[in-house]
Formats: sequence, structure tokens, C-alpha cells
Amino acid sequence: MTQLPRCIALLFGLLANLAWADGRLLATGGASSIEGAAGGGITPWAVLSGYGERGEWGADVFATRVETADYRLDVAGIGVAFDNRIELSYARQRFDLGTLARNLNLPENSLSQDIFGLKVRLFGDLIYDQLPQVSLGIQHKRQKDFLIPSLVGAQRSEDTEGYITASRLILGGAFGYNLLLNGGVRYSRANELGLLGFGGDRRDRHSVLKEGSVAVLFNPRWALGVEYREKPDNLGFAGESDWADLFLGYFPNKNLAVVLAYARLGEIATLDNQDGVYLSVQGSF
Amino acid sequence: MRSLLLVVVFTLAACAQQPAKDDSLYRDLGEQAGITRIVEGMLLNIAADPRIVRHFENIDIVRLRDKLVEQICVEAGGPCTYTGDSMEESHKGQNLTPSDFNALVENLQDAMSAQGVPMPAQNRLLARLAPMRAQVIDR
Repeated sequence: MTQLPRCIALLFGLLANLAWADGRLLATGGASSIEGAAGGGITPWAVLSGYGERGEWGADVFATRVETADYRLDVAGIGVAFDNRIELSYARQRFDLGTLARNLNLPENSLSQDIFGLKVRLFGDLIYDQLPQVSLGIQHKRQKDFLIPSLVGAQRSEDTEGYITASRLILGGAFGYNLLLNGGVRYSRANELGLLGFGGDRRDRHSVLKEGSVAVLFNPRWALGVEYREKPDNLGFAGESDWADLFLGYFPNKNLAVVLAYARLGEIATLDNQDGVYLSVQGSF
Repeated sequence: MRSLLLVVVFTLAACAQQPAKDDSLYRDLGEQAGITRIVEGMLLNIAADPRIVRHFENIDIVRLRDKLVEQICVEAGGPCTYTGDSMEESHKGQNLTPSDFNALVENLQDAMSAQGVPMPAQNRLLARLAPMRAQVIDR
């Protein structure tokens, strides 16, 4: 067991020593969203993982925890991008049911899923071109503990969803400070990201869901912003709320990013007012 | 009659001039002396930057400094004239990449921060220079 930390340290050392390029500007790789794609916290942005520009590789590894009144979500994952064009990502989510599992004597006390992501920059640039950077993404999700979701009406344990998102950094756009705008639409039928399966007894079709964020960069290292994400409402047993958060991002260098947020997740599986703290740490190469 | 003609001529000349130019960015950058320090700081940063220093070998660095000072002065609304080559001409044959451009931006940002230039003024200058990327890279 003592081998594991050493192996991880070795892996980090190896990654850090590889000639991963850093052709993009600080913070323009964003953080890692909870589904693994580069972006904010709860929404992906059009930017790609890491700091690779044309002809260069970039990569992120990240770990995120969201702790609300009654639940806890842990996420870990990796994103790899090439040529500032294409991004592959993987994330594992584990949703701890805490209070709900105790109160209802549930057969399982957590729900997990794997998310495999692909994102392609279609055109534009975050900062320079006439057009904003626009990217198209797909995410294939596999829910791994389907008993509880099936009991509350979820129709399937596996599904694929798509999104298109645009991002632009406006130099001096917020009273002289740089302004990051991001907006996208998602085509999905995932219940609570997919942790409660896909499709439901109430609705079993994909919905068009809007998501977006606005951030101000006080300097190249500090960003303060808000995010919003619409969610579908497919299951009859409980409502599903749209999500929002207020985040502070710290980018001390091109190898590290830390995001702290206050998240308002509303009603999740019958328990309402799930406000909580979001913390994410990302290493970039 | 002659004095009236003079008045008319002067009035027309005054009207033909551009409205007073906004030189607030020029002043925020510290005018001629401040811009010179920024450019020299940036060139020193580049000299220590293995990513792009090779693009600055075998060139007349004093002339480059003078032209960059002129250019930034003009972009900032200062009382200067740019006497250098066009962006396309001066970068021809260098095959600069987007990464090279960003590396220079970072060296400029560091130089401005070292001179204590406020962040909004830094961003205003970068916003003036960003559209030049298309004339600089892939030449």
C-alpha cells in the first residue's frame, strides 16, 4: 500500500518532465468540469484541456468534491488534448447518498458512473479570431449501480449526450478587467448528470438544456464567476433542479489550478435545498 | 480683409484636425519613459525565454526596441509616428506559431507588471495588439 503514493508521485514526475507544451496563456485551459471536460465546474467551456496550442499536447488530471447538506459527490478524471483541436476525457463520479441511504434504508449507499468525453473545437479562438471559440462535445455515460435508479423510474443505465458551447475572453471587457463569457446547449436525458440513470417514467426523451457562465479575471491568476446549468426533469418520484454556483478560480501557474465554489443544487432525489461547497484541484501538463 | 481670410483659414485648419486623441492609455503606460522601460523589460524577458529567443538572434536589437516603443506609443494614443515595417513584412519568413505569439504576450505582461502598470491598462494595450496576431503568425 505504501507503493501507491510513490507510484503516483512517479507518474506525476514523469508527466511533468514530458515536453508537454504551454503555448496557450495562463488560465485559458480553464479548470476541469465535474464531467471531465475542460471548463468551469458544472459546465464545460469551448476550451480544451491543458495548455497545448497548434501541434502541441496538453493534459489535465483533477479531483473534485462537492459537499452538500445531505450528499457528497467525488469526481476524479483526466483530459488529454492535441493541436488545440480535439480533447478526450474520462471521469469517474461517486455520489454518496448519506442521509437518504440512512433514512430510507436503501440497498446501496452510493451511486457511481463513468463518463467518456470527446470535444472538438469547430472554429474560432478564445481570444484572437473574429469568431468566439466554438466546440462540439459528446459524452458517453455508464451508470454503474442501477438498482436504485431503476426503482425510481429511470429507463436505462447508459446513454450518450451532446453539447455545443462557445467561449470568448473579452480583453478589458469588465471595467478594464478581462471578461470570460461562455454559453452552450446540451441535448441530454441524464437524471442528476446520469447518476440516477437516463430517461424516466415522466419523460424519456432528450431535452435541449441551456448552460452558461460569466467570469471576471482580476489578473491572469484569479477569476471570479458564476455558472448556471439547466437540468431535465424526467423522474416522477422527485423534482430535479437547475444548478448554479459562484466560483473563485486560482491559477498560480500552468501546472496547477484550484477552484472553490458555493453551489446551489436545489432538490436532489426528494431532499431540497442542497447548497454546498465545491472544491477542485487540477494538475496540468 | 486679409485678417478675416487668415481667421477663416485657421478655423478651417482647426476643424480639419482630428478630434482630440484619447491618450489616457499612453499616460497609464508612463508615457515615453514608461513605454521604453516596458519594451526593454520585455526584450530582457525574451532574451531569457528559450521558447522564442531564437527568433531574436541576428537582429538589430536597438532598432527593434526603438520601433516597438514607437508602435506601442502609437497604439496607446501617444504623440508618436511608427516608422517601422508593416507587421507582415517584419515577420516574413519566420513562420511564427500561435505559441510564439503567446510567449511574447506573456513576456510583455511580465514586463508591464514589473513596471507596476495597472491591470486595466495592461488589458487595454493587449486588446490593441491582439488583432495583429493574424499579421504576425504563419508568415
